[in-house]
Amino acid sequence: MERSGWDLGRDDVEHLLHEAAAMRGESLWQDALRRLRRNRAAWSSLLFLALVAAVSLFAPALPLPSPVTLDLQLEPQPPVAPWSVWGSHGFEPDYWDLTAVDGLLVKARLAVFGDWQTGHWLGTDGKGRDILSRIVWGSRTSILVALAATLCSLLIGVTYGALSGLLGGRVDNLMMRVVDVLYSIPFIFLVIFLITLVNEYRTELEDRFGIDREVVFFIVIGAVYWLTMARVVRGQVLSLRNTEFVDAARVIGASTARILFVHLVPNVLSIVIVYLTLTIPAVMLFEAFLTFLGLGIEPPKVSWGLLAVDGSEMVNPVRIYWWLVVFPAAAMASTLLALNVLGDGLRDALDPKLRGKD
Amino acid sequence: MSSPPLLRVRDLAVHFPVGRRGLLGRPARHLKAVDGVSFDLERGESLGLVGESGCGKSTTARAIVGLQRASAGSVQLDGVELTGLDRRAWLPHRRRVQMIFQDPYASLDPRQTVGSILAEPLSIHGLAKPRRRKLEAMALLEAVGLNPRHVARYPHEFSGGQRQRIGIARALALEPELLICDEPVSALDVSIQAQIINLLDELRRRFGLAYLFIAHDLAVVRHLCERVAVMYLGRVVEDAERERLFASPRHPYTRALLSAVPVADPARERERRRTLLRGDVPSPLDPPGGCPFHPRCPEREAVEGDACAVSVPSLGRVGGGDDAACAHQSACHLDPTLE
Repeated sequence: MERSGWDLGRDDVEHLLHEAAAMRGESLWQDALRRLRRNRAAWSSLLFLALVAAVSLFAPALPLPSPVTLDLQLEPQPPVAPWSVWGSHGFEPDYWDLTAVDGLLVKARLAVFGDWQTGHWLGTDGKGRDILSRIVWGSRTSILVALAATLCSLLIGVTYGALSGLLGGRVDNLMMRVVDVLYSIPFIFLVIFLITLVNEYRTELEDRFGIDREVVFFIVIGAVYWLTMARVVRGQVLSLRNTEFVDAARVIGASTARILFVHLVPNVLSIVIVYLTLTIPAVMLFEAFLTFLGLGIEPPKVSWGLLAVDGSEMVNPVRIYWWLVVFPAAAMASTLLALNVLGDGLRDALDPKLRGKD
Repeated sequence: MSSPPLLRVRDLAVHFPVGRRGLLGRPARHLKAVDGVSFDLERGESLGLVGESGCGKSTTARAIVGLQRASAGSVQLDGVELTGLDRRAWLPHRRRVQMIFQDPYASLDPRQTVGSILAEPLSIHGLAKPRRRKLEAMALLEAVGLNPRHVARYPHEFSGGQRQRIGIARALALEPELLICDEPVSALDVSIQAQIINLLDELRRRFGLAYLFIAHDLAVVRHLCERVAVMYLGRVVEDAERERLFASPRHPYTRALLSAVPVADPARERERRRTLLRGDVPSPLDPPGGCPFHPRCPEREAVEGDACAVSVPSLGRVGGGDDAACAHQSACHLDPTLE
């Protein structure tokens, strides 16, 4: 396609492109990242969360004792310092059904460490299972729940909210009333109802559709957590859609989808991210809460909520097995704290009013 | 007349419903932002549209480019009706009509590089291959007097005047014939304003552009436009060649508007006689009957009877040549229309 009138009239186009690359500007994201790094608390929270994510992702490859192998003793064993008992041999992989990737990770572990496993550094519970291992494996459930909620928030919430705000008028009115109605459903009852129902027909559901309780659990959490996101995004889009750059996009002929995903979504993404980092702890807490009530994760799978149940059951007036409660609680608390601090830091870093300042 | 003008606007009206009750209720009233605007714009011509804030200049512009649905009337580009077209039907005409916006801080997407802002129209219309688009963007930057090496920078790294140049470059990317400028300089510093005006003047000569130039600054319009249309309360009240309009304005509102312009020469400034208008612009929600200007008109006494308060004067030819481009039209009961 030849275009008249716009000839660069230069031979050194490559050279010019090279110079342009050298003069590349700093995007708002790069600016935000720079300012986030300056915020020590937020940056160390981010690093800590990255560590938690890495550990939980590679849990099967770590030389930890099995989180499920029973060793029936009379009572829980207290923590042993690593320097007194570093580890022992005799590990046997007897997990529940693992996914293919996890199976590979277990194989990698066996290849690297053989049957060596760490000592019970954080003690064991009443059935002789290693607490550290159970915390690490439990973090996978928490992260999975967080991921499910995040995905629903992003896919459903952002699209729904952005569309509602962009279309405006009666469509917007209708879409937001739907959200209001969903909001008004007392979802804790909904969860209890759904899970009881699933329990009733669980074998049938699992055999026929492959739906187990956990899937229902994730669906319910996802169904609830996109609502607020939709509202937040809708409000943002509503204020952005009348700006001149959206008008300009229309005048050059951009489609609604293009305006939505090229212009509006990137501009609300910073608020979305901040909101997500503050939603994730709420979701994790919700999982623990439901599990505590006996509605969430079931043994043999592990979750932080389940560890809290186990721990609280062992607390009695005669003897307090503190390590059963303190370590899982500390793991959960530190993760939630890190998420909140990070969310706060992100809010500051992504605030356009503070741009370019320290 | 052999061929139709580049842009022909006839009885264009934009009414906004106000005070809708409930989800499906009918609006209580209509705000008549634009109420019967007509003008022609020839190829390569530039028409200034002036008037005070709220008189419907910007709404007229938005209705022409389809950002605002017209309630009535017609907008024709080269004889093709534009009102009522959907996005797809509009698409081929987008290449011929482009727009420059008022606020250079709001009209550029802050998350896009200048390169992708300028490449976007090209990719929407399938012009130029992806690799070539960057070069086109650089050529556009050069055309508007910016450093083409800044193609990978973001809008926040530019000043207001530079941003407005980027906005102009985006409008030029599709090589339009008609550029609608919605107060392109009123958000800029005075020193920068002159640069942008000169740039627009230069681009016009270079690419043979026609301008519909909206402004409230008469000096700017006088510098850039060959023809000027004056709007008051959603209507065009006078439309004439630049020299004619500034030398012998016919409509009382135009006279008042021109008398408000200060003169740089102190001696002449002291002699300048201002026509002070009484009161405020009436609300377009509740416009006065008859001539919209009659409650404030300083020359109303000159009209016999109460025609001003009863009938709306239509825009009629009061002088100038027969050709539409040089006709002098005014809408006032004082002016007997030449037929």
